[in-house]
Amino acid sequence: MVQQQLPPTRYHIDRPEALALYRDMVLGRTFEDTCAQMYYRGKMFGFVHLYNGQEAVSTGVIKALRPDDYVTSTYRDHVHALSKGVSARSVMAELFGKATGCSKGRGGSMHLFSAEHNLLGGFAFVAEGIPIATGAGFTAVYKGTDQVSACFFGDGATNNGQFFECLNMAALWNLPVLYVVENNLWSIGMYHHRASSVVEIYKKADAFGIPGVRVDGMDVLAVREVAKEAIERARAGGGPTLIECTTYRFRGHSLADPDELRDPAEKEFWRKQDPIPRLAAFIREQELATAEELKAIDQQIRAEIDDAVLFAEESPEPPLDELYRFQFAEDE
Amino acid sequence: MPVKLFYEALKDAMAEEMRRDPNVYVLGEDVGHYGGSYKATKDLYKEFGELRLLDTPICENAFTGLAVGSAMTGLRPIIEGMNMGFLLLAFNQIANNGGMLRYTSGGQFKIPMVVRGPGGVGKQLGAEHSQRLEGYFNNVPGLKIVHTSTVYNAKGLLKAAIRDDNPVMFFEHVLLYNLKEDIPEAEYLLPLDKAEMVKEGRDVTVLTYGRMRHHCSEALAELAARDIDVELIDLIALKPLDLETIGRSLKKTHRVVIVEEDMKSGGVGAEIVASIDEHYFDYLDAPVVRLASKDVPVPYNGRMEATVIPQPHDIVKAVEEMLALRV
Ligand SMILES: Cc1ncc(C[n+]2csc(CCOP(=O)(O)OP(=O)(O)O)c2C)c(N)n1
Repeated sequence: MVQQQLPPTRYHIDRPEALALYRDMVLGRTFEDTCAQMYYRGKMFGFVHLYNGQEAVSTGVIKALRPDDYVTSTYRDHVHALSKGVSARSVMAELFGKATGCSKGRGGSMHLFSAEHNLLGGFAFVAEGIPIATGAGFTAVYKGTDQVSACFFGDGATNNGQFFECLNMAALWNLPVLYVVENNLWSIGMYHHRASSVVEIYKKADAFGIPGVRVDGMDVLAVREVAKEAIERARAGGGPTLIECTTYRFRGHSLADPDELRDPAEKEFWRKQDPIPRLAAFIREQELATAEELKAIDQQIRAEIDDAVLFAEESPEPPLDELYRFQFAEDE
Repeated sequence: MPVKLFYEALKDAMAEEMRRDPNVYVLGEDVGHYGGSYKATKDLYKEFGELRLLDTPICENAFTGLAVGSAMTGLRPIIEGMNMGFLLLAFNQIANNGGMLRYTSGGQFKIPMVVRGPGGVGKQLGAEHSQRLEGYFNNVPGLKIVHTSTVYNAKGLLKAAIRDDNPVMFFEHVLLYNLKEDIPEAEYLLPLDKAEMVKEGRDVTVLTYGRMRHHCSEALAELAARDIDVELIDLIALKPLDLETIGRSLKKTHRVVIVEEDMKSGGVGAEIVASIDEHYFDYLDAPVVRLASKDVPVPYNGRMEATVIPQPHDIVKAVEEMLALRV
């Protein structure tokens, strides 16, 4: 199977920024590892799709956005929510089905929302969130704001009609949207090269006359650089960008997937490019922080996640007499 | 009072609401320059511009999703389905996101969206252009469903649907766009959850909606000549159903005939029968009779087509047979 490793990149970044990126990626990783534990302990149910390995994409793109920019995600949405600023407490509580969850226990793992953070949702159907982000981009043009919207989806989604339909409309109307493909090479058990007639997804942008870029999705600094440029272009009225991030998921498709199909050598190849040690090494080489300082961040985050679990455990269930609440706009 | 055509009433409703609220916009295929396939948006783009009469490419699922995304972020889209049947391609966005997203987000987002357009069995349009979608969408939680059949109602209901903060499926009928009626100049709105008492009567309640209202009116004239006094109710609200009005009527007549253009299996009529059974069974003197379309794709052939949907003489016959059982 074809392996791809893009050439290493070097970017200038200051200490606070570098540590913020590091912190966000560790937060995502620790949160997801904890989800696995909680799932196996019977604290959360249903389909839970973890994000391990892909953190550089969420962090690299979302941390370059403004708080009033919009994000849509997929069913692999926990880490996008965290990067967007939704607290670990409210995401964990949602996964536990509690009233304090970010969707008040009505959404669950694949339906995380936060109006406060302009997180327009996790979407359980493949490619379903792409039109929603496109609509948020349309609102920005309609209202004349300079808000940008970013949507995340997998390589599998780029073979779905909604992807093509939306790229066409976004190009036509110059919508400020970042279409971010997280190309982790697999759609459950379907290898990307068996599903896409054109395996270089970023080239699909050519069909719509919009910029398409491929970036090493295991390198948060590289992703961030590409995202910044696309965001700037979108804000200035320059329209959408298709960004293909080459990445890999370290775990099975979901926690119910034993992950027996993928070649161990392939997994090993990608593990070596883990974005978190990679950024840590960069930070130490550049003397932006010491190993001890990074370790202190790891510990802080561990404590934050432990607190989130405690909060989720102790939170109340949504009351049963509120079963119908929130269905219609009349129920506030 | 000015005389208006059905499509003009719809156009006036949209224009008035667009003047009132800058966040209201219309999108769909050919709604702008072309003016809509049934002229409901004719020339509106000249007043409101291309952004507010957005001509979309032919991609029902994605533009419906775009509308949902724009509704979540502060706009109030009106989607025109060129023919409602095409919105089967948008079923995903209407059902999963339009209908359910407010709930799954724990009430954080509103979806103030109207999905409107022509549907129903026209004149030999063939199966795919003769669809009635109310049964399909009736099963989706979170949607309101309205079917309009008169010029007066069309305007007042559409204005109310545009102002409603929920997704509303707003069904029109291809054969009604050229109906004429005097309607008031002054602004009025009509409730989305109320049936209309078309004619009071004491012998039988006929429940109907959409174009079948006009078939029922024809049948009523004939029945009146035979001294049968029918109470006719246009349901308008298909979801939620106005069970109160239905109940009040059958407590008076104790007999119900349902006339609908949707297919029999799983249609709105099936839902009404079940609801009557649940709430008002004791008041019935006879089993509810259901006239609906046959469960078959609508054939092109005109004579065959006419046999698919209930005709006025079918309604007359059903009412007479029901009363023949009277002791
Ligand atoms: C419309 C639709 N069809 C099928 C599925 C089942 N499904 C869930 S995830 C998935 C694979 C998607 O792969 P990809 O888009 O590459 O994203 P990844 O899981 O790799 O992040 C499939 C087929 C679905 N959720 N939605």
